[in-house]
Amino acid sequence: MKIKVLYFGRPSENLKLSDELVDVPAQVKTTGELLAWLCERGEVWANELTESRIRCAINQEFADWKAPLGANDEVALFSPISGG
Amino acid sequence: MSVSIQHEDFDVGAEMAALRALSNNVGAIVSFVGLVRDLSETAVVENIYVEHYPGMSEKALNKIVEEAKQRWELLGVRVIHRVGTLGPNDQIVMVLTASTHRGHAFSGCEFIIDYLKTDAPFWKKEVKNNSSEWVVTRDSDIERMERWHS
Repeated sequence: MKIKVLYFGRPSENLKLSDELVDVPAQVKTTGELLAWLCERGEVWANELTESRIRCAINQEFADWKAPLGANDEVALFSPISGG
Repeated sequence: MSVSIQHEDFDVGAEMAALRALSNNVGAIVSFVGLVRDLSETAVVENIYVEHYPGMSEKALNKIVEEAKQRWELLGVRVIHRVGTLGPNDQIVMVLTASTHRGHAFSGCEFIIDYLKTDAPFWKKEVKNNSSEWVVTRDSDIERMERWHS
């Protein structure tokens, strides 16, 4: 299943990545599982993408870590927001 | 067009005049203008960088404005949020609400800026000396937003 992942704020800066297209294995069905799968890439990823340090959105709506993923979803991962 | 996200500065007077011109029933306009200030306790902040999630940020702001319009009698609303690099004392955000009566304009304006702080995807980074730091959501901002749930 193909997912577009966007990064904003601190993780985007530290991972030096703003977006990527990933093809996730079948067992990745939720945002939390996507996060765990990305964290397998190594220590930098695991540090940046700790659930408690970031929030997520699916298709431009805020979501939690149990939210189900669909093919071609746009998932954004970002540090806590701080606008205004 | 009630919501804008832009690099350029804005003119509060001109924006207010546009709201005044909407209707002869506008009896009150409330304005909130947020400025870049120094949040750091350890070093002098030289400038800040504001990032947003294009597409979602506009949607989120429009949703907040619609919610405010449902709660209060607002004849017009204007929200501008700047992005990019900003310096100390620069204007960063503006919320204007127009209503027949001041009570609706005051409450609507406060609601919009409180929700913008916690529900719109913007990120601020403070740049100081040779380092930079992403600003986190403040507990006091979350508390202010949660008051509106009761």
